Amino acid sequence: MHELSLLENVRVILEDHAKKQNFQRVEEITLEIGALSCVETEALAFAFEAVMKGSLAENAQLRFKHIDAQGRCLSCGQLTVMEMLYDACEHCGHPHVDVVSGLEMKITELKVS
Amino acid sequence: MCGICGCSNPSGTGKFSVVDASKVSLLTTHHHNHGNEQHSQADNQRLIQVELDLLSKNNAYAAENRAYFQNNKIFVLNLVSSPGAGKTTLLVETIKVLKDKFPIAVIEGDQQTEHDADRIRATGVSALQINTGRACHLDAHGIGRAVQTLKVKSNSFLAIENVGNLVCPSSFDLGEAHKIVVLSVTEGDDKPLKYPDMFYAADVMIINKIDLLPYVDFDVERCIDFARRVNPTIQILQLSATKSDNFSEWTDWLIAKMQ
Ligand SMILES: Nc1nc2c(ncn2[C@@H]2O[C@H](COP(=O)(O)OP(=O)(O)O)[C@@H](O)[C@H]2O)c(=O)[nH]1
Ligand SMILES: [Mg+2]
Ligand SMILES: [Zn+2]
Ligand SMILES: [Zn+2]
Ligand SMILES: [Zn+2]
Repeated sequence: MHELSLLENVRVILEDHAKKQNFQRVEEITLEIGALSCVETEALAFAFEAVMKGSLAENAQLRFKHIDAQGRCLSCGQLTVMEMLYDACEHCGHPHVDVVSGLEMKITELKVS
Repeated sequence: MCGICGCSNPSGTGKFSVVDASKVSLLTTHHHNHGNEQHSQADNQRLIQVELDLLSKNNAYAAENRAYFQNNKIFVLNLVSSPGAGKTTLLVETIKVLKDKFPIAVIEGDQQTEHDADRIRATGVSALQINTGRACHLDAHGIGRAVQTLKVKSNSFLAIENVGNLVCPSSFDLGEAHKIVVLSVTEGDDKPLKYPDMFYAADVMIINKIDLLPYVDFDVERCIDFARRVNPTIQILQLSATKSDNFSEWTDWLIAKMQ
């Protein structure tokens, strides 16, 4: 899995952002992760400490905000809850659904000093 | 009506109900006890709201690549599959048919060895091998450098063969025009449901090795149905890269895209 490369990206993004927003340390990071995004939050949490070592986010606390996934049914047009990319519409059973939310993987909040 | 299957609206409501978009549950899974408390308290801590995509670095490089490809009229495909589905064979056979029509270049991604780049070079087309080592996918930064090294010509076709892996390459945009997922009939017709992310990310699915259909339990219709459940608009081609069954359907598709 690519959780390691994602975390290396987080590190670089934080370093860039520290210059822009003028902070030296990151105490807490909130990641928003959609139910359909292909990352394992456990794997992220597991590798987090090692990847952030020596960076401005060393010893930072990692929090997750889980975003439920929803799609729009291509037949009846209603919003439907999705647990998998291939879930059928919960209202009419139609198999073709467009994802509306649930693919997110982003940093949404930082506690910095 | 659904534009994919053309079905009529079974419930007949057509109403868009708006549901609370983010039922958010917050959970802390990772906490450190700071051995020394010197920075845990006070000293001008502040909370800032941001919106920084985890893939933003890769996406920025991919956008640069895409602009470069557009300016230089380079048509780029990113081929993904499990190991052994037939990507290199497909490329070799494609090059044999098309190499006099337009310039072709290939970037090969594998964890180790130059084998696949050598197979491409044997056709007379230039190829660059990227060995990703421990990484299981190509990224947009590596592709940007490879394109410069290869000196890919304008008005050409650039094929990128990604590392054999149906998981991570789905997340990493390389700046390509289309992701093409190759699925061979020896892998089972339920792959689209087992690895939905990849089939969601791809624009085209090639069902390869159809010459082997008589010998394996692979239901083509079932496979297509599964792929469309994940990705209602995915385009599907069925062919054999070694026996050239239906091969012109694929090369015609490519030729049309090059115009
Ligand atoms: N029977 C049959 N074998 C194929 C076909 N395409 C590829 N192969 C074989 O499948 C094996 C793996 O192919 P390769 O192109 O190296 O797969 P890659 O790992 O996706 O690049 C090779 O032995 C190919 O000869 C096909 O259409 N039919
Ligand atoms: Mg190969
Ligand atoms: Zn519906
Ligand atoms: Zn439909
Ligand atoms: Zn990977």
